[in-house]
Amino acid sequence: MRPETEPPSVPLLREISTLLAKDFRLEWRQRAALGGLLLYVGSTVFVCFLSFSLRGGTPPPPAWNALLWVILLFAALNAVAKGFMQESPGQRLYYYTLVRPQAVILAKILYNALLLTAVALLGLFLYTVFLGNPIQDAPLFVANLLLGAVGFATTLTLVSGIAAKAGGNGATLMAILGFPLMVPMLLLLIKVSKNALDGLDRGVSQQSLLTLLALNMLVGAVSYLLFPFLWRG
Amino acid sequence: MKWTWWKVLTVVCLLYSAVAGFLLPVPRLAIVNESIRNLYFHVPMWFAMMVILGTSVFRSMQYLRNPSARLDILSHEAAKSGIVLGLLGLATGSLWAKYTWGAWWTPDPRLNAAAVAMLIYGAYLVLRGSFRDEQQRARVSAIYNIFAFAAAIPLLFILPRLAGNSLHPGQTGNPGFNKYDLDSTMRLVFYPAVIGWILFSFWMTQVGSRLAFLQLKLDEK
Repeated sequence: MRPETEPPSVPLLREISTLLAKDFRLEWRQRAALGGLLLYVGSTVFVCFLSFSLRGGTPPPPAWNALLWVILLFAALNAVAKGFMQESPGQRLYYYTLVRPQAVILAKILYNALLLTAVALLGLFLYTVFLGNPIQDAPLFVANLLLGAVGFATTLTLVSGIAAKAGGNGATLMAILGFPLMVPMLLLLIKVSKNALDGLDRGVSQQSLLTLLALNMLVGAVSYLLFPFLWRG
Repeated sequence: MKWTWWKVLTVVCLLYSAVAGFLLPVPRLAIVNESIRNLYFHVPMWFAMMVILGTSVFRSMQYLRNPSARLDILSHEAAKSGIVLGLLGLATGSLWAKYTWGAWWTPDPRLNAAAVAMLIYGAYLVLRGSFRDEQQRARVSAIYNIFAFAAAIPLLFILPRLAGNSLHPGQTGNPGFNKYDLDSTMRLVFYPAVIGWILFSFWMTQVGSRLAFLQLKLDEK
């Protein structure tokens, strides 16, 4: 069953861009959340720096790689978690009467993808400043990082919608629901980023990158199909 | 208990696979030795898990099309049966690993994938537990069920193949177990075992669902 709203005459892209602009404006008005996120990334990187400086200098590449992804994973979780949870049921009902659910989920995914891309790039910058830069194939590493940010956004957006429905301890529930789903993606990401760190031939990473891309599209498509049902409640 | 033909078949297949599985001759392979008999239990359990989890997702899709308490119960019970079979599969696999690879758990892509699948379904149960409203719970958990299946399960088949350095049989391109099942006496036990475990998973689901239906009726009174 499709939601029984009037088919809006506005094209989907317009709805998405309006919603996206709304999300950015809201984020800008509540700068505390954004600042909190940046501080979170900054302070975790700094804690890593302090811990490693105890043994003089930078961590070995495998530890460097693992820590970066752990930091990004938790930052992504914090960034995406507030997406749906900060909206009140009344607000949701209001959007429901105005736009298509597909526009809501696509705008949210797009917004989260942009936000996480920014966070990932900033995180990488701080990380290399504090913990050194062992990357041998920088373009591949950054491309993989961006794919990761987009992948986190697509996976976690629908999960945050689900967790928001459950109410109460949304953030904990989101970690429980989201982490197992992200493990396959993380394995691929960490593998490719290890290849980029070691400067291996790009052909080695090609298959994993394609799988990641396909996975992102699959998760996006499934979110697009399932969100209308989630929204109806 | 209703003795329909498929339940008789389940009992016959499982009994046969247990008895014949321990008594019939098996090929002598180095390292694996007699533990190859575990093939009759470990592999069918995973097959049955995939089938019953697929059924659960199918029921969830049906639920989203046409919500009813019945479909929610069927989907939930199928997922629970899948979890039981998954845990059994992990346990038998772990035993097998201990005697052939020397450790209860190895960082093999396929083992990790299996553990992730169990975590996902654990999360599904936690999600169900965090709702008060029944309709809300049914809808949201159906959505998570489909999403999790679509996002993670295909990867559990792709990742081990991408890794390409697995100890686990059947990881290079072909999901079969290459040289192990070439032996025709093994097939004679293996196929009935697969049928038996798959039917058993449906039986388990049916019993659980009946109990849940009765509970529902009691609650409605």
